[in-house]
Amino acid sequence: MPWFLGLSVLLMVGGLYGGLVLAPADYQQGDAFRIIYVHVPAAYLSLLAYMVMAIASVIGLIWRMKLAHAVAASAAPIGASFTFLALATGSLWGKPMWGTWWQWADPRMLTELILLFLYFGFMTLRSNISERSRADRAGAVLAIVGVVNVVLVHYSVEWWASLHQGQTIANSDATMPASMLTPLLTMILAFSLFFGAVMLQRLRGEVLLREAGARWVRRLADGQVAERGKLT
Amino acid sequence: MMEWLAMGGYGFYVWASFALTFAVLALNLVLARARHQRIMNSLKASHADESAERPGGFREVTS
Repeated sequence: MPWFLGLSVLLMVGGLYGGLVLAPADYQQGDAFRIIYVHVPAAYLSLLAYMVMAIASVIGLIWRMKLAHAVAASAAPIGASFTFLALATGSLWGKPMWGTWWQWADPRMLTELILLFLYFGFMTLRSNISERSRADRAGAVLAIVGVVNVVLVHYSVEWWASLHQGQTIANSDATMPASMLTPLLTMILAFSLFFGAVMLQRLRGEVLLREAGARWVRRLADGQVAERGKLT
Repeated sequence: MMEWLAMGGYGFYVWASFALTFAVLALNLVLARARHQRIMNSLKASHADESAERPGGFREVTS
């Protein structure tokens, strides 16, 4: 986990330097395009975290694997925070480019907002069911149904008229020069590793909660008590 | 330097985006660590009073 975090921070520093200093301004969007270096990684992770959550939910439901449900529960709050970031930085980009912070009729914005509500719904549902195995199952069903929305987010700019521009990474018509693209890919990788690091931290806690009665957990808690006792 | 900070007139939007992003990333780390610590503390507490002996006797302290 410290490795994930350390590597992620290194890549972020590199990506920021490349994106904010080295990359030239866009010929259409000027320097405002630099928001891409946080907006796209956040948006990408908002979807990736959801897919991690949904796939873990499928595994948890089919094989009744507690660890999978713990993964789903750990991914949700992080995914929600990335979704919020995608929406907020999108707004900050939209204002100077389209002249509006928000457009209700826009399919990309609307589906991303629904994604945020799905994360909130998943977390609220879980926390309102006291029996953990029931909370796991109910949350998993919601997470799996919500995958429909992830598909809608992805294709929204192609299927409907949207203010939002299409993608420029894997697009043969609109290519990005390497000086712009490299920092973007670096930031996406950095955000992914960051997600991994925070998720593992949360997962450790989730597993401890679920195995609270197990001997190894009690020994761990004991060890921490002893350690603290020595320190103070 | 000033020219760089101005971001061709888009300074507010660019810097607000980056500041918000890194604030939320930092918050992610802080909250995840705080939660882990809270879980460890409640495990210690429940172990100390042996209530963890009963199945389902464990409760997470949420404060």
